[in-house]
Amino acid sequence: MATTAPLTTATGVPSREDRGPRTGHRNGRRIGSHVFLIILAIYFVIPIWWLFVAATKNTSGLFGSPAFWFDDHFALFENIAGLFTQQNGIYWTWLGNSFLYAFAGGIGATILSILAGYGFAKYRFRGRGAVFGVILGSIMVPLTALVIPTFMLLSQYGLINTPWAVILPSLLSPFGVYLMRVYTQDAVPDEMLEAARIDGAGEFRTFFQVALPLLKPAIVTVLLLSVVGTWNNFFLPLAVLTDPNLLPVTVGLNRWTALSNAGAGGEQVWNLITTGAFISVLPLILSFLFLQRYWQGGLTIGSIK
Amino acid sequence: MTTQTTAVAPPTAAVPKRRRGGSLLERRRQRWGWVFVTPFLVVFAAFLVFPLIYAFGMSLFTSTLATGTTFTGAANYVKAFTDPLFLEGLGRVAAFAVVMIPAQLIVALVAALVLDSLTTWVSKLSRLLIFAPYAIPVVIGALMWSFLYSPRFGPASTLFDLVGLQAPDFLSGDSVFASLVNIVTWQWSGYYMVVIYAALRSIDPAIYEAARIDGANGFQTATRIKIPMISSSMVMVITFALIGTLQFFTEPVVLRNIAQGAIDAAYTPNMYAYSLAFSYSQFNYASTIAFSLGILVFAGSYLFLFLTRKQSGLK
Repeated sequence: MATTAPLTTATGVPSREDRGPRTGHRNGRRIGSHVFLIILAIYFVIPIWWLFVAATKNTSGLFGSPAFWFDDHFALFENIAGLFTQQNGIYWTWLGNSFLYAFAGGIGATILSILAGYGFAKYRFRGRGAVFGVILGSIMVPLTALVIPTFMLLSQYGLINTPWAVILPSLLSPFGVYLMRVYTQDAVPDEMLEAARIDGAGEFRTFFQVALPLLKPAIVTVLLLSVVGTWNNFFLPLAVLTDPNLLPVTVGLNRWTALSNAGAGGEQVWNLITTGAFISVLPLILSFLFLQRYWQGGLTIGSIK
Repeated sequence: MTTQTTAVAPPTAAVPKRRRGGSLLERRRQRWGWVFVTPFLVVFAAFLVFPLIYAFGMSLFTSTLATGTTFTGAANYVKAFTDPLFLEGLGRVAAFAVVMIPAQLIVALVAALVLDSLTTWVSKLSRLLIFAPYAIPVVIGALMWSFLYSPRFGPASTLFDLVGLQAPDFLSGDSVFASLVNIVTWQWSGYYMVVIYAALRSIDPAIYEAARIDGANGFQTATRIKIPMISSSMVMVITFALIGTLQFFTEPVVLRNIAQGAIDAAYTPNMYAYSLAFSYSQFNYASTIAFSLGILVFAGSYLFLFLTRKQSGLK
């Protein structure tokens, strides 16, 4: 039981019978709870709604029409066209860069975490405890404190202003290793590995054919977390990239905002900023929507422990 | 209950201690572990251990145009911890931690407790909507709020006109603190809520049944049973929030675009280190600030975990 309990919470939220309404007085409280939830949901959604509405307005509409409702003139497609012409469509380069960095960094970090998590969970080699202790402690080291020294190191190797400057540091995910280790320990029974070895499978084959399929929910979670982490990253690309063609969309849009605020009339591209921001949030919102089954259980692997 | 008991066990204890005679073959096989962990350890050494050592090394030197680079020992640290800009920044992130973490935690906890008591489509939809901001990059979230706060675009003046009041200036020196707290609460509460909610769902409902028979009402069940039983998740959430808050950077940098008067270049220690390095090329001093911040955050979260070790089950 002790081993199966965390498994259920790690693979998915355990189903529980509906503890439906029992008395009339309970019904009253349920209405109150619903009103509370709806108010809360509105608070969390209204800025996103605003972004959607704002993406459909041109600059004069942004200044002149009600903030939370559409303008008479629907300008979304003009704005998208504008993103293709502004600085020769550099916005789409930024979006592509974001995808490249997030997937290269995220997939790389996930592969390293799976391997290391498995190694720590299923082998009792000398020094394991000490090494894992150091990794666990490093979760508490703020990654932004590493940005400036990383910048200086990368500039010595001539890697500043290359995609590697963002991708390589993003491969580091101590929390991913921790999650994979905790999950592997419970999800992969030693007996199964033993059986595979007795059947003559080597260590790699045992890992790929026996352990890996059992780890799928944790892999999706770690992948999601590390892709989101890299996609979100702002400090690192801000420090190590100056070439406009290499920026991820987050740094690029912030640059447009700074220019627009600085005021020069021709550089004010408010409508492109809102539309660009709206398009850039769609991929993650959609993937969270479609991967619900995984993250709702998976995000808690570490916390249950 | 079973989940809770395993929760108390540290990761290493879950591994059965099987020292099977330690045959040579077996010991050789266990060495395969290194093959699996080495790729990660290479990255770990290159992008965590080495930068930390490098930053520490840099912080021991001072570089000036007149004298070149000279070894100055702890001088940079003496300078940092008497530097009003650094100390003010530290005080500010500490104040943010005191306000922001309880704000996020209360929203997340109350929402999770309410969600746990309902199973309607409204509650399922609300859970998704409250979580939605997590899927939005922090920069974009801060950009959105900076538009909403802006007196030029924002809805505030229209909304306050309706009730005949003057809209507050969200970006003045006094209110920018609250404006930043709002952005962070909006961005992260949903994520924490999902973590807490999942922990609540893993409690055995038979316990609630027992509590009800003993005459506990909903509020008592929540405060006396549910919250104590998910304390390890709460400790994890607070630790992450603490680490995140002390390295506050992105939101104030983005908001600074429109509120330069209220947010200066040294608003938080990370912003200070960034401007020292990239506006003034003082890399030695910037390394000192970054390394000091790293140590303080590490010590702070370690202390927090140590003080709450009973709740979190970590030893």
